[in-house]
Amino acid sequence: MNSKIIIVNVFRWFILLFVQIFLLKNMGFYDLSTPFTYVLFLLLLPFNIPNILLYLIAFGTGLTLDAFYDTMGVHASACVVLAFVRILFISISLNREAHDDPEPSLSYMGFQWFTLYAFLCILAHHFVLFFLEAFRLTDFGYTLIRCGLSCIFTLLLVLLIEFIFYKRTSR
Amino acid sequence: MRNLWIFISRYNAFFLFIIFFTVGVVLTVKNNAYQRSVTLNSTNEIVGNAYEHLNVLKRYLNLGMVNDSLASENAKLKTQLLKFTSVDTAKAVKFVDTLTNQQYTYLAAKVVKNSVTLTNNIMTINKGTADGIQKNMAVISPNKGVVGLIRDVSEHLATIQSLLHKDTRISVVIKKNNAMGSLVWGDGNFDIKKAFIKGVPNHIKINVGDTVVTYGATFPAGILVGRISRTNVTTNDNFLSAEVSLFNDFSTLQYVYVIKNKLAEEEENLENPVKPK
Repeated sequence: MNSKIIIVNVFRWFILLFVQIFLLKNMGFYDLSTPFTYVLFLLLLPFNIPNILLYLIAFGTGLTLDAFYDTMGVHASACVVLAFVRILFISISLNREAHDDPEPSLSYMGFQWFTLYAFLCILAHHFVLFFLEAFRLTDFGYTLIRCGLSCIFTLLLVLLIEFIFYKRTSR
Repeated sequence: MRNLWIFISRYNAFFLFIIFFTVGVVLTVKNNAYQRSVTLNSTNEIVGNAYEHLNVLKRYLNLGMVNDSLASENAKLKTQLLKFTSVDTAKAVKFVDTLTNQQYTYLAAKVVKNSVTLTNNIMTINKGTADGIQKNMAVISPNKGVVGLIRDVSEHLATIQSLLHKDTRISVVIKKNNAMGSLVWGDGNFDIKKAFIKGVPNHIKINVGDTVVTYGATFPAGILVGRISRTNVTTNDNFLSAEVSLFNDFSTLQYVYVIKNKLAEEEENLENPVKPK
């Protein structure tokens, strides 16, 4: 059971990063909206993962992305922020003991909860990402628009992927 | 202590977040040129201003020495001027238009902050982009030779990567036999009066007492650097090395000249043409 989770996650990591680096990196609408769908991997990590491990995985994933985007540290910081928001949101919205479901995916948690969860995490991630990349407050509006539009784009793609791999469960 | 530990482990998510996020931001700032330049310049503006105020007193105390050096430079210039004025111009046939063809122009600047004790020493001067200073311009001191290269520039201030910096390499020649080498500092030597000349071909004979001058790329040719003080320096490559005692006393620098090379951009474009993406 445990090893199955690990294998699934490793597999997911490779697929999502591959798609991000070789396909989505070249996509975008007028430099305004760029999707960062690889965050889905961090969203779907199991519930019972220890915090330190979650942070390490998030940081490592971010660094890998940074290596391909030539933006040392930017993605890593954004992923760490995402991990923090994820921990906060899960601890607030769910009862800590009652984690019967293995992972916070759309199939287990339902559309409403998952959308809100994904939206908040992606928003935090993109906010940090775009502001660290811009590193100034002069073009605040422009950066904010980029952040918002990319956030919507990413969220749509994340939901799309989740619906494609939707598993009917006995909820 | 136990309570503190309980507190930390209870909110471990937050503390881990702080740690990892800090590491991420540090990585960002350290490794990305743009982010680094923004942080550097904004801090330097503040730090530089503070030092400028502090230095007023220090400058006053050093006035005597500065006066001396100015006077000696004046004398030198006057002798040079004498050479020109005493030439019988009626006889001169060839005329060189030195004003429009001048390759280098000089700009005096005041040292606001100086350091000599670190392994990578950086100075700050009170001229910046507003005065036409750009990155990688050469800096010399009034009468005693090379100082370093401009590193970062803000509007009214600039930092100099001094010769006393591990990464500084300056092309020099030994005046007597025109042998080229590069001048380095650091690398096991942190004496501010000494540097090493490296990469001199093996067949050249270096003598103690030979004068070392600049080669003339970023720096104009023939600017004094120092005198060879020791020749039997062992290295593990196939080139000769020698110790150079510098003419410049970095610890008392007050005024420097920034040298603007009018042909720098042209040379850069010629040597490294922009490759199409």
